[in-house]
Amino acid sequence: MTNTGTISGINGPVIYLKGDPGFQMNEMVHVGKDHLVGEVIGLTDRRTIVQVYEETSGIKPGETVTSTGYPVSVTLAPGILNNIFDGIERPLSEIAKTGGAYIDRGIHVDSLDAQKLWQTHIIVKKGDHLLPGAIIAEVPETPAIVHKVMIPPDVEGIILDVVEDGAYTISHPLITLKLSDGTEKQLTMTQKWPIRVPRPTLKRYPATKPLITGQRIIDTLFPLAKGGTACIPGGFGTGKTMTQHQIAKWSDADIIIYIGCGERGNEMTQVLEEFSQLIDPRSGNPLMDRTTLIANTSNMPVAAREASLYSGLTLAEYYRDMGYHVAIMADSTSRWAEALRELSGRLEEMPAEEGFPAYLASRLSAFYERAGMMQNINGTEGSVTIIGAVSPQGGDFSEPVTQNTKRFVRCFWGLDRNLANERHFPAIHWLSSYSEYLTDLAPWYLEKVDKKFVDYRNRMVFILTQESSLMEIVKLIGGDMLPDDQKLILEIAKVIRIGFLQQNAFHKEDTCVPMEKQFKMMDLILYLYKKSRSLVSMGMPMSVLKEDPVFEKIISLKYDVPNDRLDMFDDYKKQIDDFYDSVIERNA
Amino acid sequence: MAIEYLGLSAINGPLVVLEGVQNAAFDEIVEMTVAGKTQKLGRIIEVYEDKAIIQVFGGTDGLALRNVHTRLTGHPMELAVSEDMLGRTFNGIGEPIDGLGDINSDIYLDINGKPLNPVTREYPRDYIRTGISAIDGLMTLIRGQKLPIFSGNGLPHDELAAQIVQQASLGDDSKSEEKFAIVFAAMGAKYDVADFFRRTFEESGVSDHVAMFINLANDPVVERLITPKVALTLAEYLAFEKGMHILVILTDMTAYAEALREVSSSKGEIPSRKGYPGYLYSELASIYERAGIVKGRHGSVTQIPILTMPNDDITHPIPDLTGYITEGQIVLDRNLYGQSVYPPINVLPSLSRLMKDGIGEGFTRADHQGVANQLFSCYAKVGDARALASVIGEDELSPIDKKYLVFGKAFEGRFVGQGNHTNRNIIETLTVGWDLLGLLPRAELDRIDTKVLDQYYKETTAEALGE
Repeated sequence: MTNTGTISGINGPVIYLKGDPGFQMNEMVHVGKDHLVGEVIGLTDRRTIVQVYEETSGIKPGETVTSTGYPVSVTLAPGILNNIFDGIERPLSEIAKTGGAYIDRGIHVDSLDAQKLWQTHIIVKKGDHLLPGAIIAEVPETPAIVHKVMIPPDVEGIILDVVEDGAYTISHPLITLKLSDGTEKQLTMTQKWPIRVPRPTLKRYPATKPLITGQRIIDTLFPLAKGGTACIPGGFGTGKTMTQHQIAKWSDADIIIYIGCGERGNEMTQVLEEFSQLIDPRSGNPLMDRTTLIANTSNMPVAAREASLYSGLTLAEYYRDMGYHVAIMADSTSRWAEALRELSGRLEEMPAEEGFPAYLASRLSAFYERAGMMQNINGTEGSVTIIGAVSPQGGDFSEPVTQNTKRFVRCFWGLDRNLANERHFPAIHWLSSYSEYLTDLAPWYLEKVDKKFVDYRNRMVFILTQESSLMEIVKLIGGDMLPDDQKLILEIAKVIRIGFLQQNAFHKEDTCVPMEKQFKMMDLILYLYKKSRSLVSMGMPMSVLKEDPVFEKIISLKYDVPNDRLDMFDDYKKQIDDFYDSVIERNA
Repeated sequence: MAIEYLGLSAINGPLVVLEGVQNAAFDEIVEMTVAGKTQKLGRIIEVYEDKAIIQVFGGTDGLALRNVHTRLTGHPMELAVSEDMLGRTFNGIGEPIDGLGDINSDIYLDINGKPLNPVTREYPRDYIRTGISAIDGLMTLIRGQKLPIFSGNGLPHDELAAQIVQQASLGDDSKSEEKFAIVFAAMGAKYDVADFFRRTFEESGVSDHVAMFINLANDPVVERLITPKVALTLAEYLAFEKGMHILVILTDMTAYAEALREVSSSKGEIPSRKGYPGYLYSELASIYERAGIVKGRHGSVTQIPILTMPNDDITHPIPDLTGYITEGQIVLDRNLYGQSVYPPINVLPSLSRLMKDGIGEGFTRADHQGVANQLFSCYAKVGDARALASVIGEDELSPIDKKYLVFGKAFEGRFVGQGNHTNRNIIETLTVGWDLLGLLPRAELDRIDTKVLDQYYKETTAEALGE
């Protein structure tokens, strides 16, 4: 059933309709003669408010608005991966085919290719009783990922008829179900799901497995769980996007949803180009085969920016329901919050802090709570991990978006301006960052990596903390005045900072480091500390210890030891022993 | 024939309200005749039922509630574009002011532009040689990039922009086959600034390739909101339709943002930070994002916006939001300027995001990234050493800290402070970089691959370098 309303006023992306044409909240509507896509966001008996996902230039009062009868939704079927969409799941390559280099208004394209034939392997048979969300077929969507075709979460019934294995389009009926009320229903591969409604699950598991990213400061110091939430706040140029790219490339999630929300156009182009060329070390296929990009660049309409996060989240939940581990990169949630603010301002709502609407916190919490390691309604187990970048105004973490985000995420990777200025990347600061998953994940690390892992990790953090308080003194009196044991702490902290925490994203070996090597590096650094400390306690001055190039060698080990030559660590251990012996020999 | 509406119902600053209009479209341009003589243009910025709020270009002086005739044009603001616009001067809304007559063209383009589809963009990789070591070496400018200059009042940002224009346009022989042009837009600029650029373009012999859009400080504020859009519309046309490489200089973005705030407050909008409207980010993005390269087309649009940071504060909303949109920034520093370092580029907060893919083997030289990282890292330590020296005195510093002080001085004097007339190629720049790194012991250089160090590193002293 469709209703029609008449436009009475336009203010940027917000339009007002006369009276109440019978629209529902969050219903998708078509606006004006170009049929721009919009969403109902406010209803009173005098007027209806619609936000428009496209540029509103040229719209006049008196034009009509038609309802579609369903909320703003995404289309879910094979073809999502290895694709790039705008904020409301319109494929940008299709838009380019019809509209040329620029994104025109009122372009209507199918979200997913309706012509393409997919090789379908049916795994159910006639007479099966299907519960909601049951998997009925498997489709190799890309060489890396098998798409599991499910029935919608609100459908249940007995199969009356089912097609043979073969090639089908996403709109071809695969099965006919007899529902509990006796009616028959044909189902295709395609489902629609409203973006603002979380897809249902059975239960939520506690965090037990880390999302391994290959980034040392994250995996070792501040780990993130699969199904967890993390935020990366940082001023411009501190490396938010770089960190997100690194995690998107190397993390051991099955599927990556990369949402470019209000960010640079060239960056999205870069991800698209780079991910098509880079090979996923785990599957041997191009990274794009497990990736979906949602691009709503900063010059695209602001309302679609607000929707893009939810679109991406819904796609992620869909793949989670198939039993995959999905990681979402949301870059940047601040732009999303600003879109909220802009729309709120246009609606003349009462502003709270810094002009943001008072519902900022509840929107943020609703967003991050959609993450989790879940048991799905079809019995599979999957997770959605959310990693949100935050772009605080002026790099000041006390602003509302950072503060409210901190309340709802459990992992905080704070980027530091000074580290970025020194080109110490990733510029995640070891003192201001934290991860609440440490204790949850400790059993995993003890079992899968090493029994001493957690202890070593804590000792490294302790050395860094000591360094920070010693630096206060050094700033006042200079480093030369310190006693030798404290000088040693500074020296070892330097080895940790440069040799371990700093990681070169452009270096072949260093860009992604396996857990085992991370542990061995940590082990070696602490071994060097132990040996040096015993030398210092024998009265050897630091200046003598520094004559040996062993400290520099350990620092450059991250480049010198290839990831598949971990046996070389024994040699380094021996070098430390030699260093110990030679110092004693020379100075005994 | 379109209907003319007589009279207005309110005038408030640059905004007027017209009631009883039929068929007014959002963002439409209207033509106004004041007292039967003066012609003005206006833009509809809000419509509600039969009421339209119009932003008047050219100021509301002389307007009365009863002496204005308004006519709807039925389209958004458009600019007639043509290659003949190079070598010409226009006012802030694209009307010729050099007395050389109108532009004849049938091609009218909507000045608001349209967002470039990320799929059709080409990722920029060709570097532009500016001949300035700090930029080429540490924050390389890439064709298709938007790289603003963050400056302060009284700092030589105009000279720097002029030097980039001169050296980038003339210095690069290998690209001489390609067509190069400059689009210059001044928003709220002082007369002297506009004149400085005009003279520079003339002196360097490029003025035939420059289109200037000038909105002076005493020109109507509302026109400023149009100036960058008009300029970029021409730039996009020349780049993507005519295959030219366009360098766009926008000065001063601060004046643009101030104008936006002024209009927003006249409209009675809810302010966000420091009184700027909540959509400042989107507005700035709609300008900056119009840089780039399109797949399958020849040309490119490179932007160098200049903005003066109010009170030299980089956290002020204008530089802050700009930094989040642009692909890096070049930050000028008053302290360095005070020490007669020209160009006074503070390299630590400066950055080029596109640099990493446009340098190195096949572009500049294999060791470029390593040298850049090492110079950044060493110069950051100079700051620590100086802070320590100011507390305990230079004499008490450890030998290594003393070496850092020497390095810092040489870095500012030789590498950054190359002077107005030096034009260094990239090999010269890297050589100076290696000379400076030679002032430090090899063990301090922890950002460069061992093999590269073997090839280029040579220990040296300040005396040997002639300091």
